[in-house]
Amino acid sequence: MLSLKALRRRIVSIKSTQQITRAMKMVAAARLRRAQERIIEARPYADKIREVLQDLSLRTDPDVHPLLARREMKKVELVVITTNRGLCGSFNQNIFRRVERFVRENRRVYDDISLTIAGRKGLDYFHRRGVSIIRDYVNRFREIDYQAAATIGKDVVEDYIGEAVDGVFLVYNEFRSPLIQRVMVKDLFPIEPLEAEPDYYPVEYIYEPSADAILSELLPRYVEVQVYRALLESVAGEHGARMTAMDAATENAQEMIEKLTLIYNKARQSAITKEMMEIVGGAEALK
Amino acid sequence: MTASFLLEVVTPNRLVLSQDIEEITAPGVEGEFGVLPGHSPFFTTLKVGELMYRAGKEQWYMTVTWGFVEVLPERVTILAEAAELEQEIDVERAQRAKERAEERLKQLSPEEREFYAAMGALERAINRLTVASRRS
Repeated sequence: MLSLKALRRRIVSIKSTQQITRAMKMVAAARLRRAQERIIEARPYADKIREVLQDLSLRTDPDVHPLLARREMKKVELVVITTNRGLCGSFNQNIFRRVERFVRENRRVYDDISLTIAGRKGLDYFHRRGVSIIRDYVNRFREIDYQAAATIGKDVVEDYIGEAVDGVFLVYNEFRSPLIQRVMVKDLFPIEPLEAEPDYYPVEYIYEPSADAILSELLPRYVEVQVYRALLESVAGEHGARMTAMDAATENAQEMIEKLTLIYNKARQSAITKEMMEIVGGAEALK
Repeated sequence: MTASFLLEVVTPNRLVLSQDIEEITAPGVEGEFGVLPGHSPFFTTLKVGELMYRAGKEQWYMTVTWGFVEVLPERVTILAEAAELEQEIDVERAQRAKERAEERLKQLSPEEREFYAAMGALERAINRLTVASRRS
């Protein structure tokens, strides 16, 4: 049994923790709103690029472009998107588990599986496990913006063209709702064939300088857009996860405070009772 | 009624502009080109430069930094890596960027990769300043 003083100190300390978790929850909620807006704002650009690529696929020979080349998949790269900060529940753990499952399941399928990591948490985790990490983006970006996605995109494009790898997968948390994130493994390379939808009615564009030239400018951007999308989803998911985790923490703190307060009051009361008994006992003895 | 078409400028971060206009002049890779309503479908890439758009007697400018234009008879869509309206440009920042790029260019030789990065930065800064100076 703790002393009254220790109990009181404990309650105060939990209260201040609760204040912090509550503030973090509020901050996460605000950031989440902003992150959701960014996902929506990024949509028109991504949709348009996809649309144009579909049209181009009708009028160019896809085999000529090195980014569309398909090779036997021997070496693959996983681009793992994690967070820089913790306190977001099992957000990162889910990613780690998925990556490990992927490695376990595909160890025999591919000759080599290497990782590229965004986010400090991911680097810390995989570093300890001695997995081959080709590069990481920790401390490389001031903020998660299109520039960051372009940097990652350019690196993987280089890997693929230089035949350092034959396939690239993105592993990230998809934002489902503020409460739900789902781990996704999405293939970035080889680029899935962009076939125009059956009811697509082609517009006879005049392409300048040429359809091929435009295709080779658009493809790397398409990769960047996909990375950007994954980054934004991950950021929104992170805030959602943190909000949920901090909400639970605030509630748990509340529960503990109530429990401790009850214990504290009981202890205080029994102390008072004991003191009174002593006084009564003392008075009794004097008689 | 005067003929007009919809101009939309989209960057990865946001929809910069969506407005009915009557004419644009854009910096294509093969040279500057103009579009009036009813243009035949056309698709090209853009370089760093200024985009002029006009409705009635008013005309505006904006910067575009690389991108693509899709021209349809009743709609023009510009997908740019970056775009800024003339009133959004931070002149001081552009001026500083220009000086920094010039400084770097003096120290680098054209064989270095950095040289081209600096050239690009200079080009963008000058473009921003040009567009900003259109502001009356």
